[in-house]
Amino acid sequence: MVPLVILIAPLLGGVSSLLFKKDARVAWISVAANAFVLAASIWLAFHVVTRGVVSGAGGLLRVDALSAFMVIVIGAISLMASWLGISTMAHEVESNPHQQAHRATYGVLVQLFIFAMLLAVLAANVAVMWVAVEATTVVTTFLVGHHRTKGALEASWKYIVICSVGIALAFFGTVLVYLCALRVGGHSAAALNWTSLISVARHLDPSVMRLGFGLVVLGYGTKVGLVPMHSWLPDAHSQAPAPISALMSGVLITVAFYAILRFKAIVDLAVGPNFSRTLLVIVALLSLALAASLLITQHDYKRMLAYHSIEHMGLIALGAAAGIPLAIAAVLLHILGHGLAKSILFLASGEIMAAEGTTEISEVHALLERRPVLGGVFGVGLIALLGLPPFSLFSSELLMARAEFQVGLGWAAIASIVAMVVIFFAVVGHARHMLLGSNISNEVLNRPPNWVSGPLVSGLVILALIGVLAWPLSSLLNAAAHVVTT
Amino acid sequence: MLSLAVGSVLVCAIIAIWVSSTRLLIRVLATQGLALGIVALVLGMHERDLSLAATAVVVLALKGVFMPLMLSKVGSRSLNNLGLKPLVNIPASLAASAVLIVLAFGSSRVITSFVDTPIGSLAPVGVATLLIGFFVLVARRRPVFQMAGLMLVDNGIDLVAFLCSAGVPFLIELGVSLDVLLAVVVLMVLAQRLATEFGDLDVGDLRELHD
Repeated sequence: MVPLVILIAPLLGGVSSLLFKKDARVAWISVAANAFVLAASIWLAFHVVTRGVVSGAGGLLRVDALSAFMVIVIGAISLMASWLGISTMAHEVESNPHQQAHRATYGVLVQLFIFAMLLAVLAANVAVMWVAVEATTVVTTFLVGHHRTKGALEASWKYIVICSVGIALAFFGTVLVYLCALRVGGHSAAALNWTSLISVARHLDPSVMRLGFGLVVLGYGTKVGLVPMHSWLPDAHSQAPAPISALMSGVLITVAFYAILRFKAIVDLAVGPNFSRTLLVIVALLSLALAASLLITQHDYKRMLAYHSIEHMGLIALGAAAGIPLAIAAVLLHILGHGLAKSILFLASGEIMAAEGTTEISEVHALLERRPVLGGVFGVGLIALLGLPPFSLFSSELLMARAEFQVGLGWAAIASIVAMVVIFFAVVGHARHMLLGSNISNEVLNRPPNWVSGPLVSGLVILALIGVLAWPLSSLLNAAAHVVTT
Repeated sequence: MLSLAVGSVLVCAIIAIWVSSTRLLIRVLATQGLALGIVALVLGMHERDLSLAATAVVVLALKGVFMPLMLSKVGSRSLNNLGLKPLVNIPASLAASAVLIVLAFGSSRVITSFVDTPIGSLAPVGVATLLIGFFVLVARRRPVFQMAGLMLVDNGIDLVAFLCSAGVPFLIELGVSLDVLLAVVVLMVLAQRLATEFGDLDVGDLRELHD
């Protein structure tokens, strides 16, 4: 029952924005719905860890520790993004009254988007998950193109074409896995349930499974933004409205990675861990190298954040390649930490863009002095994202590196650290330009209202708390890690 | 009958590589959708599999009729396409398709040897269709052709699924078709917005965003 309620809740927000088109305050219903998702998911996670797996909707939904963890991530980021979305929409209507007409569409699509992500992580069936991930592409295309500028249209065209191809490959991979499962199980939709796939995994044909997993990594990897399938990501994440960038960069890409983690557990049982490890190490190192080289020359701060996502997905893929429970627990902690930090930064960048009217790094300066709250959030958010203590990304990066050394991937861990150092200096250079400097014009600027800065600041505080006190999460992380390791 | 239908799926894919008129392209895609539906129908009757027959009806309706109709809506807005040359000329495209077919037969040996049925041995045709779809996506730069490339990729995967496993379960096929349909609708709306914004468009000219 609870999983179904969690799944349906975001839709209520969507329906209400359709019903009360005229009233801007209706958006708070979506915020409340997403807050409910977060609260219910924390309860659910507690329940799953203490009492075991929960099913719902006649076996269509299944919540183990991994699903519960992903629902928490989705809930937390959706709450922040829909909250700040109210401010973003207000800025847009202020600058262009025509946007008034698009507000209801936006409200509906965002909630549908959250619904599709929840379905992807709650589904008991591989194919239902596929349908949900594809649905996220369809729904977000219009959100990416929301501003209807040339750039936004171009980004959304690239986004849907590249991701549709990717997701088609993931479907091909799923069909191949289904073929293997048919040979050892029955001809029914249940053959594609995670539990039945895991139970027959040792008997699946190794060569077809290798091909299938390769296609799955290629396919879902496109949505994750792993190099060389990443080319849509910087465009889409930089052109979308800030709350959409926050949702896409903070959580959608890791929902796609969740799919890879689930398949990895099956293929590791079928062919041993070396195959998936090699594949993931290759894409991880490519992603890190590309992110590092393009971050150095970046001139647009939203694109800077987007390339930063490619870097973190590379780190996560490398952690997953290590594959031991410690590594997976660290990967999950990193998914949460990166999601929070990245969405806070995108949301703050949306406010900065609304205030400064540009996304060029070179045209923004002295933010700390001119806009202390926004500049402070942006600066502290970057510190978190770069992996400095006390934020949780520091601990997760450390744990991932430790696990990589344990399984003999020390050389890859060192390569990733080199990339991270390069990225550190590149981003600090850009940030110094944006944040520091003296306020030449001495303009008096409005502070953002407390309801806008509140969620951002509390998000950062929570991120630091998770970094310092990992114990409330540790039993959930360990349980989730054991779901996808053997 | 079966091999005839399977063969026509591939022939349609090859025609789609070099055809230059939008109207003809859409007819070719419709024919391919119908051929794909017939494959599913014949297999469904042969195996007395009701869900596969139901899938066949969905495929015939969506890929044979509905999606081509949507495409023709996009295509009719800009029929004058003489100014836009494909990146690769026709003889080279045909040579490429030959290479892709050989590649498909080579690379799908893993699948055919695993399935090991006479019907399953036709599966490389599906893989070839998929690869040709990729080629169309890369080599053709008008929005309509890119949509066609996506549909070729999708049809190829469906064909492999039909030939190797009598299709995926019906409910899943339904969900998948719904998604693909929605994606085509979204692409159509986007293509129209692109056309109003940029005029007759070569996707290669989309160069606003770069590093």
